[in-house]
Amino acid sequence: MSDYNFAYLDEQTKRMIRRALLKAVAVPGYQVPFASREMPMPYGWGTGGVQVTAACLTPEDTLKVIDQGADDTTNAVSIRKFFQRTAGVAVTERTSEASVIQTRHRIPETPLTEGQILVYQVPIPEPLRFLEPRETETRRMHALEEYGLMHVKLYEDIAKNGAIATSYAYPVKVEGRYVMDPSPIPKFDNPKLSGTPALQLFGAGREQRIYAIPPHTQVISLDFEDYPFEATKAPHPCDLCGDDGSYLDEVITDDAGGRMFVCSDTDHCESRRAAGHRGRMSPKENAA
Amino acid sequence: MYVAVKGGERAIDNAHAFLAEERRGDPAIPDLSVAQIRAQMTLAVNRVMAEGSLYDPDLAALAIKQARGDLIEAIFLIRAYRTTLPRIGHSRPVDTGAMACIRRISATFKDAPGGQILGPTFDYTHRLLDFKLAAEGEAPQAPTGAGLADKMPRITDFLNREGLIQDEPPGEDTPPDMTRAPMEYPAGRALRLQALTRGDEGFVLGMAYSTQRGYGRNHPFVGELRIGTVTVEMDIPELGFAIEIGEITLTECETVNQFMGSKTEPPQFTRGYGLVFGQTERKAISMALVDRALRWKELGEENEGAPAQDEEFVLSHADNIQATGFLEHIKLPHYVDFQSELELIRKVRGAAQAAARKEAAK
Repeated sequence: MSDYNFAYLDEQTKRMIRRALLKAVAVPGYQVPFASREMPMPYGWGTGGVQVTAACLTPEDTLKVIDQGADDTTNAVSIRKFFQRTAGVAVTERTSEASVIQTRHRIPETPLTEGQILVYQVPIPEPLRFLEPRETETRRMHALEEYGLMHVKLYEDIAKNGAIATSYAYPVKVEGRYVMDPSPIPKFDNPKLSGTPALQLFGAGREQRIYAIPPHTQVISLDFEDYPFEATKAPHPCDLCGDDGSYLDEVITDDAGGRMFVCSDTDHCESRRAAGHRGRMSPKENAA
Repeated sequence: MYVAVKGGERAIDNAHAFLAEERRGDPAIPDLSVAQIRAQMTLAVNRVMAEGSLYDPDLAALAIKQARGDLIEAIFLIRAYRTTLPRIGHSRPVDTGAMACIRRISATFKDAPGGQILGPTFDYTHRLLDFKLAAEGEAPQAPTGAGLADKMPRITDFLNREGLIQDEPPGEDTPPDMTRAPMEYPAGRALRLQALTRGDEGFVLGMAYSTQRGYGRNHPFVGELRIGTVTVEMDIPELGFAIEIGEITLTECETVNQFMGSKTEPPQFTRGYGLVFGQTERKAISMALVDRALRWKELGEENEGAPAQDEEFVLSHADNIQATGFLEHIKLPHYVDFQSELELIRKVRGAAQAAARKEAAK
C-alpha cells in the first residue's frame, strides 16, 4: 500500500505524537493531551494504541499484537494486518522476539526486557472519571494531587463489600505522584507494571490522551495497610499446559456446568506445551 | 474437547466477502451508481459532508454506497479519508451575506428587502406517500420566474441598526482547528461552533429540542434561515492576493432570542448561530439553538444546570464517530476483565453467604 506513508500516519502527525510521548515519559503517569487523528478503525477499538505504535515503529521493528492476551483474537488480527499492510514490518506471536507489542487488556506473562515497548490501548484514561465526570475538575484534582476521593471510594467498597470492588483497571500511583489508570488489565497484571525494564506507553485515541511508565519506574496499586492489594486469578492450573501461575480464561465446555481453565496468554501456553508441559485436559500422548 | 479458537484471520476475510455480497444485493437489480446517489440522495450526501467535515459530494456519495446507506458509517469513511489529506491552508472567511440563495426565510418579519423565498422545501408538503414515484422515469420541471433580488441583506442587521440586538463584532483571531489540536475546556465559541457543525444531527437536534422544552430555555425565533452558494476564496502567497477556488452550498441560521438583560448586559435581543455544509436546515437551526444555550456565561445568564448549557457535556458527546466507536467496542472480547469480575463476585458472594450461614446457626 504505497498510497499511504510508512505506518499510515504522515510524518508531521508522528512528530506531534512523539512530542507527546516524550512529555509523557518525562512526567510518568501524567496524561498528555494530543491531537488524536481519525483512524481507519473505530474509536474504542484501539485507535490510541495504533497511533502510538505507528509513531514508534521503524522498518526494523518486529511487532506483536494481542487482545485478551491472545494473538488470534479478531481485533488483534485486524490491527496486526493493518501494520503489515501499511508498514510492512515483521510480525511475531513470540513475546521475547517482539520489539513493539500492542496490547489490549493484558500484560504478557513472559517478563519484558530492556528495549521492548509495550503499547496499551486505553478506553478511559482518567482514573477519576467515574468519581468526577468533568475533565476540567479531574485535571485540577491531578494538579493538586487531590486523590482523597479515590481513597474514599476504595474505603466504601471495603465497608460495603468487605473487599475493594475493582477487579480490572485497578488504579495505581506512579513514582509517588500521579494516580493512573493502567487500562482495563486484570488487577492480576498490576504488579508487572512496576520496575519493568521495558517502556510502557498508553494511548487513548477518542479521549486524546497519551501517558507513559518509563523503564524501572515504581508503580503501586492503591490499597490500605489492613486491606493490602491482592493480585487475583482463578484458583486453578491451566488445563492445557498445567501452569498454576498464569492468568486464566474460563471456558464453558458443555451445557451441564462443565468448564475448563486455560492461559489467556496464548504464546505463553503454547511455549509451555511445546516444552512438554501438560495439563488436566491435554490430549493423551499417542501410545503407538 | 476445547480447541483454542484459531482462524480469526480467515473469519475476518470471509466476513468481508459476505459483506461485499450483501452490499451489492440482488444482482438482478441494476447497480446503484455514485452519480445517482449524488444527484438523487442529495440530503443524505449533505449530511455526510457536514458531519464528515469534507465538502466533496462525489466522495460522500461513494461513502454512502460503500456503507450500504448507513450514514454514520459513511461519515466515518469520509473522516478517515479526510485525516490523510494534507492541510494546505485555510480560506478567507466566506461571506454568507453575499450568498446566492435558493431559499431564504425569516420568521420575525413578514417581509424584508430581498423577500421571503421558500425554495426547495418539504415544509408545506403533505406527507402522503407518492406512489407515482414507484414508477420510473419521472422528471418534474418547476416553473421559473423572474430572477431574485440582487441583494439579500441580513435580517439581523435591521435590528442591529437600532441597537436592539447584541452586536457581533468581527473577530480577528485565526480560529483554532479542532482536528489539529486536542479539545480543551472551556472551549470558546469558535471551537464550540466547529464541534457543533460536525456534530451528530440527531444529538444536536435532541439538545436543541430540550432547550425548547424548558431545559435551558432561550426563547428563539428564526431571525433568518438562508441556503445557497457562496464562493470560497483563498490567499495565495505567490500571487499576493486572494483567488476564488470554488463554490460551496451552505445553510446558515441566525436565531433572535429574547433576553431581558443581566448584570452585565442591557435588555436586548441576542443571537444563536448555525452554519452547516449543504442544504441541512434542521441541523443549522438546532445548532443555533444549542449555540445560544451555551452562551449563558458570556451573557451573564443563570446556569440552570440544563444539559444544553453544559459545554463539556455537549461537546464531548456530540461526535457520532467517537460515540458509535466507543459504544460498539463493547462487542469486542472482554473475557479477561469479565473473568476478573467473576472471581471477585464469587469471593464477595462466598463471604456474604458464609456470614449468612453463621447468622442462621446462632
